[in-house]
Amino acid sequence: MTGNHQTLALLLFSAFVAVTLGITTWVSRNRHGSAEEFYAGGRLFSPMENGFAIAGDYMSAASFLGISGLIALFGYDGLLYSVGFLVAWLVVLFLVAELVRNCGRFTLADVVAARMRERPVRIAAGTSSVTVSVLYLVAQMVGAGSLVALLLGGTGGAVQAWTVVGVGGLMVVYVSLGGMRATTWIQIVKAVLLMGGAITLTVLVLVRFHGDFDELLRTAAQRSGHGAHFLAPGLKYGGDWTARLDFMSLGLALVLGTAGLPHILSRFYTVPTARAARRSVIWSIGLIGSFYLMTIVLGFGAAAIVGSDAVRGSNAAGNTAVPLLALDLGGGPDSTGGTVLFAVVAAVAFATILAVVAGITLASSASVAHDLYASLRRPHAKQRSEVAVARVAAVGIGVVAIALGLLARDLNVAFLVGLAFAVAASANLPVLLYSLFWRGFTTRGAVWSVYGGLGPALFLVILSPVVSGSPTALFPGVDFQVFPLENPGLVSIPLGFLAGWLGTVTSHEPPDEARYAETEVRALTGAGAV
Amino acid sequence: MEKHDGREVAQTRAGDRGVLGDPWYDALASGWGELDGTGAPAPAVPPQTTPPERSAAAIYLEVQRSAAFQEVRSRYRRFVVPAAAVFFAWYLAYIVAATTAPGLMDRPVAGAVNVAMLAGLGQFLSTFLLTWLYARHARLRRDRAALELRWDTQEMTRVLGGGRR
Repeated sequence: MTGNHQTLALLLFSAFVAVTLGITTWVSRNRHGSAEEFYAGGRLFSPMENGFAIAGDYMSAASFLGISGLIALFGYDGLLYSVGFLVAWLVVLFLVAELVRNCGRFTLADVVAARMRERPVRIAAGTSSVTVSVLYLVAQMVGAGSLVALLLGGTGGAVQAWTVVGVGGLMVVYVSLGGMRATTWIQIVKAVLLMGGAITLTVLVLVRFHGDFDELLRTAAQRSGHGAHFLAPGLKYGGDWTARLDFMSLGLALVLGTAGLPHILSRFYTVPTARAARRSVIWSIGLIGSFYLMTIVLGFGAAAIVGSDAVRGSNAAGNTAVPLLALDLGGGPDSTGGTVLFAVVAAVAFATILAVVAGITLASSASVAHDLYASLRRPHAKQRSEVAVARVAAVGIGVVAIALGLLARDLNVAFLVGLAFAVAASANLPVLLYSLFWRGFTTRGAVWSVYGGLGPALFLVILSPVVSGSPTALFPGVDFQVFPLENPGLVSIPLGFLAGWLGTVTSHEPPDEARYAETEVRALTGAGAV
Repeated sequence: MEKHDGREVAQTRAGDRGVLGDPWYDALASGWGELDGTGAPAPAVPPQTTPPERSAAAIYLEVQRSAAFQEVRSRYRRFVVPAAAVFFAWYLAYIVAATTAPGLMDRPVAGAVNVAMLAGLGQFLSTFLLTWLYARHARLRRDRAALELRWDTQEMTRVLGGGRR
């Protein structure tokens, strides 16, 4: 990669940063720092705007670069990811979006606390939300570091470290100055850029093959070196039963985790009504679905045009498949077209990471201020300080994420994302679904279901081959590995549901019929919604 | 949480009106037009003279037991439960087949396209189809009734003097 790419890519990065900082200043002028404004952007976004913002929050660089890279290397097995990421939205649409919009104000804990004893459930749900957010955040930071290092040609640790620090600093600025309004606009800009980039590349790939998808598949299969096996499952996850169960575990976590991600849930509060929340999810399903369809074309296109070996040679995990494809589609490394296209793809990937990171930071600072601080502070502390606490929390989370991002620099990004989804599915989804749909659910059940999902999920990871007992582990020198799977979802998600049920049936206090009636009526009609 | 009733109506309208360029916008389905002006909807539950000591809890219990609410809830559940069961079973079947039955999945269908490719695209299509069906069902079968219940409930709780909802 020559100096031209780097200069142009850096220029585009800077332009994006300047534009987003401009947005942040512009939207936060004349705003009074109310909680409504900071956490929910005034709740006046339209469904289309929010749909783009949800898509922007969800389509991380891991999907743009990671999934198409996996497809370029392993063919069909990469496609399994995109299916899970998309189907998950049906859970959100059917069971979560509208009801959460109607019942809550800012966070997941609001929905649960509406019918339970407030303090214990807020602390539980707040803790699990922050845990999920920090895991997801670290994944994105690590991704940002390695991506920028890769694209800018610097492979040294210094570039990576400074990228993590820079991304962390920028996200703190966006969030603490601009709140939800600025974050939403950044997501929208990023979603448009990402879709634009993906559409351009997809069209170029299809033009190269004269619109013949069959020809594209055959060329990809042939150049991958795997023949027809490239187009069928099994290259990556077809090994022994441990690998297969691990994949099922990941598949379950992907499809159930989305509905428990705090930064996705908080997006539903930025629109005025449940109908608007529904329509924003429909928009985002359209955007996300077409985006993942395009990553399939890009992945197979990279295998067919660049070749799997060249992709693997550039980055073993396949993360550079799309930039390499762009270089080739634009006319090769020495042409202007190739340089421009490569720089654009790099800038889009960077914008993607920056926007996702800001969204997660905002959601977790809301959990800290609105749930944890509000429950744990001294009872007579001043009320008006919640937004101030949230701003401080954003800075604190930024520092934690930068530190962890530097420590976890060598961890696999896809694994961290899968882990965040598994924890979200185990700790957040059971309590949310029980609260919305189970008449007999009690406070003890709620608390048990959060900790009963969160604890096992984290514990199983510590006992897994990711942490010890394998050459690629976090601590390769020691071996306390007991649990064979890398993703804990297959065990911890059922445990979360089981713990909620157990806590409820062993509860001494009866469920509060009247408050369930209130939750149910509000959830389905929108009466009294904020 | 307190005095938001009036503001919220205004906000809701502003939000729904502000999206005329939105192709998903369905102008008539929500019944907003009927509410313009006075803001007093036709009550589905008659606003009988409310005894002042009635609490918000009693109102919500009463609404929950009303036939109108039961109807909305059962319409919602009758769609969502089977639809969720279908897509979840179909997704699990897909994942299990992809990991345990490679022989079935790489059977060729047409050209380079095999069963696995069709099943993957089928997942995308079924997701889009279910999304469309859900939106349609909610718009035609649920929205209007839910909105009426919303105003009736808020009307009843407002009598309490803007206290707890």
